[in-house]
Amino acid sequence: MNIPFTEHSLDNGLRVIIHEDRRLPVVAVNLWFHVGSKDEQPGRTGFAHLFEHLMFEGSQHYDKGYFHPLQEAGALLNGSTNTDRTNYWEVVPTSAFDLALWMESDRMGYLLPALTERKFETQRDVVLNERRQNYENRPYGLAQAAIGAAIFPPSHPYHWMTIGEVADLKAAAFDDVREFFRTYYHPANASLVVAGDIDTADALARVHAHFDEIPPGQVPARVRPFAAAPTERRLMLEDRVELPRLYLAWLSPAMFAEGDAAMDLLADLMGNGKSSRLYRTLVYERRIASELMAVQGSREIASIWQIIATAAPGHSLDELQAAIDDELARLVAEGPTADEMERSHAQVEAQFVYRLQTLGGFGGKADQLNAYSVFCGDPGYFEKDLARFQVVTALDLQRAAASLRTDNRVLLSVVPKGKPSLALPHSTPAPVS
Amino acid sequence: MRRADRTRLPALGPSPAFRFAPVHKDALLNGLALRSVEHRSLPVVTFMLMLPAGSAADFEGYEGLAAITADMVDEGTGNLTAIDVNFEFARIGAHLETDVTADATVLTVTSLTRYAGRALTLLADCVVRPRLESDDFERVRQLRLTRLVQIRDLPSAIADRAFMQVVYGTHPYAHMSLGTEESLRQLSLRHVQQFHGSFYRPSRATLIAAGDLTAGEFREMASGAFSQWLAGPLRSGEDGVQTPPPSIPVHRLVLVDKPGAAQSEIRIGGVGLARSTPDYHALIVLNMVLGGQFVSRINMTLRQEKGLTYGARTSFDFRRGRGPFLMQTSVQISGTADAVTTSLSEVRAIRDGRPPTSDEVDVAKAALTRGYPRNFETAEQTARAIAQLVLYDLPDDYFDKFMANVDRVSVERAREVAAAHLDPDRLAAVIVSDSAIVTPQLRAAGFGEATPLLPRL
Repeated sequence: MNIPFTEHSLDNGLRVIIHEDRRLPVVAVNLWFHVGSKDEQPGRTGFAHLFEHLMFEGSQHYDKGYFHPLQEAGALLNGSTNTDRTNYWEVVPTSAFDLALWMESDRMGYLLPALTERKFETQRDVVLNERRQNYENRPYGLAQAAIGAAIFPPSHPYHWMTIGEVADLKAAAFDDVREFFRTYYHPANASLVVAGDIDTADALARVHAHFDEIPPGQVPARVRPFAAAPTERRLMLEDRVELPRLYLAWLSPAMFAEGDAAMDLLADLMGNGKSSRLYRTLVYERRIASELMAVQGSREIASIWQIIATAAPGHSLDELQAAIDDELARLVAEGPTADEMERSHAQVEAQFVYRLQTLGGFGGKADQLNAYSVFCGDPGYFEKDLARFQVVTALDLQRAAASLRTDNRVLLSVVPKGKPSLALPHSTPAPVS
Repeated sequence: MRRADRTRLPALGPSPAFRFAPVHKDALLNGLALRSVEHRSLPVVTFMLMLPAGSAADFEGYEGLAAITADMVDEGTGNLTAIDVNFEFARIGAHLETDVTADATVLTVTSLTRYAGRALTLLADCVVRPRLESDDFERVRQLRLTRLVQIRDLPSAIADRAFMQVVYGTHPYAHMSLGTEESLRQLSLRHVQQFHGSFYRPSRATLIAAGDLTAGEFREMASGAFSQWLAGPLRSGEDGVQTPPPSIPVHRLVLVDKPGAAQSEIRIGGVGLARSTPDYHALIVLNMVLGGQFVSRINMTLRQEKGLTYGARTSFDFRRGRGPFLMQTSVQISGTADAVTTSLSEVRAIRDGRPPTSDEVDVAKAALTRGYPRNFETAEQTARAIAQLVLYDLPDDYFDKFMANVDRVSVERAREVAAAHLDPDRLAAVIVSDSAIVTPQLRAAGFGEATPLLPRL
């Protein structure tokens, strides 16, 4: 099981990965730039994502908006920014393959001549709306911001949210666009996947025809991981919510690093679905929680492993914390059962196969190839990726659980406005806006 | 190849022909209909059991019954407890997904081919032989009551509920599948057993398989797993969803007060059309022009010109009965009245004043047809497509003819259906926001007093 591909490099440094899949008359074009919010500076946050919006506002040779010709051609398209990368994709009928390449290459090569201050101002407003809609006006919407800010010190590039601080967004200057584009948006900092109903040689020729003319740039300096040394912190956030929720968060191994896969499986075992340990104890048996999940949030230079539990009415966050700590201690002492290991490995295999069903879009095969290309330097990492989960043993999970100590975590209580006493004792207000 | 010509956009190739994979039809002796589509590119199978009874079939006063019944089926079966059932699914890398819409209950399991038999047996055990015990029921009901408590602070969910209540009054579509606190407290396990006994019957159900399985293999597996399912009495009686909804909303402008809200959540719409309407294809074309995609009128105006929102869209929710037509957006509070005025005037304009142009209709049709084949990529997408055919009684060649039927929609037809079905005087606007800030804005913009509303939760 894998995703067969060929890999090429243009003279300007653009990495090109081609994958044939003729099941449907559809082609996926997927372009990653290796830049995210971790490349920003304190005081200038949110710029990488705001810039992503500008990429949809037209380029020199087609300045009437990016969506119009592509939607008319039957395309689905989108883009996204996270801490580590910005991705753009189109899923087009085979008949519009050239159009997708033309549009992507035009904005990679010729964005700036079409960019105006008015576009910039409008998209700044759109992003401020996006921030209010998805974070400020959403229950528990600022919890992840509080956790990132607590786990990572102010100088660490994961300290701030990708969406950015409101003050920074308002202060962002149109003049900064040019420098940002020059630094990060060029072939040497990008990886292009074309996948689907194509012939490799023909597709490569079309990629050459559209991307060869774009001048190379300098590979930007990469943000280096640096150690954050967390100590226990207890924080509190008052929010427009009805039920208190507890977040327990730890710094954990970076994506693809030693220990990352074990943390992922540990999250699955503890908090994924009704067959997980914490669901069974807290929701099913003791009924002290109403919602429960655990997740390893893998990112390029460091990760956060967390458990999120919402109190059932009439129950306190102290009860949740004690019950969760007991379950973690039990796992450290006894390790997982053989049944649980079987469940974990079955889930992994199934998820890897299910993901192969989708060609394009977020998380489809084209996006996966680019993730492996950008983060591992090897688009062919699929089997190695699967293998790193398959070799995880019960002992590895026991050790992973042991790394989740009580003195190296952040405990965040999100409580209804005006009810700070519902937080864990000794919690201090989290500084988020 | 030569260097790309930047003086114009590349021409598009011819649109690919598309044929939906042939659907194999069969049935078991107990009446359970079988539908399957085989495609073997990956070792994956999706099973879907579709029962044509959803939240609109809730007994009156017991809203939430269909959804809680669906939620109860994996809460223990035979000698397996709720935890055991879920562990057995997880052990094969699968899980049971339940989806209760107004019109249907759909249970879905996707698994690797080598576990297909096990997955289907577990699905059958849940559907045919759920334990339905009172301790599990109390726990599940409490979780649902808790969910309702949380929804009080979810502006989008409040807006959806207020909108449906204002537009549908006492019609079965007026409530959400979760029900209300009052109705959930009225429910007992007996109701669940009764609902299960009436609607979870093979004579009404369709079992669908899509993926790496032949029709023969599927039949053998299905008859092994489901043959003990008893046909049961056929329910007769009126179909509640066919009762006509109110022709005009109870209120036209409604404000749900959320002091301190960070955004205004807005819903504007009214009663739309049933899935069986002959205007279906013309209406989806019209909707693409109005608010069905990024480049639609409403999104371009509210987001790209005014910068008031992260996005705005419209949709017709075609159901067995007349589902809603709805515009939804979340805007900055200072732009609330502007957004409502603009949205209403866009609806007015598209039927009267600025009807769809032939360019717009061409773009809409192209967007709907050119990328159409991508909708049938995964086993689950294919299974869901078959479920649509069955639920809405669509012809076997429905998907094959979709592109041609859309292509046939003329500008005149798009204008006709706009005039016939989009009447601004029959729409309601629902705003969830900080009343103290928004009320003066609405007044200044010439709206009358908004009706304050607390949606039933």
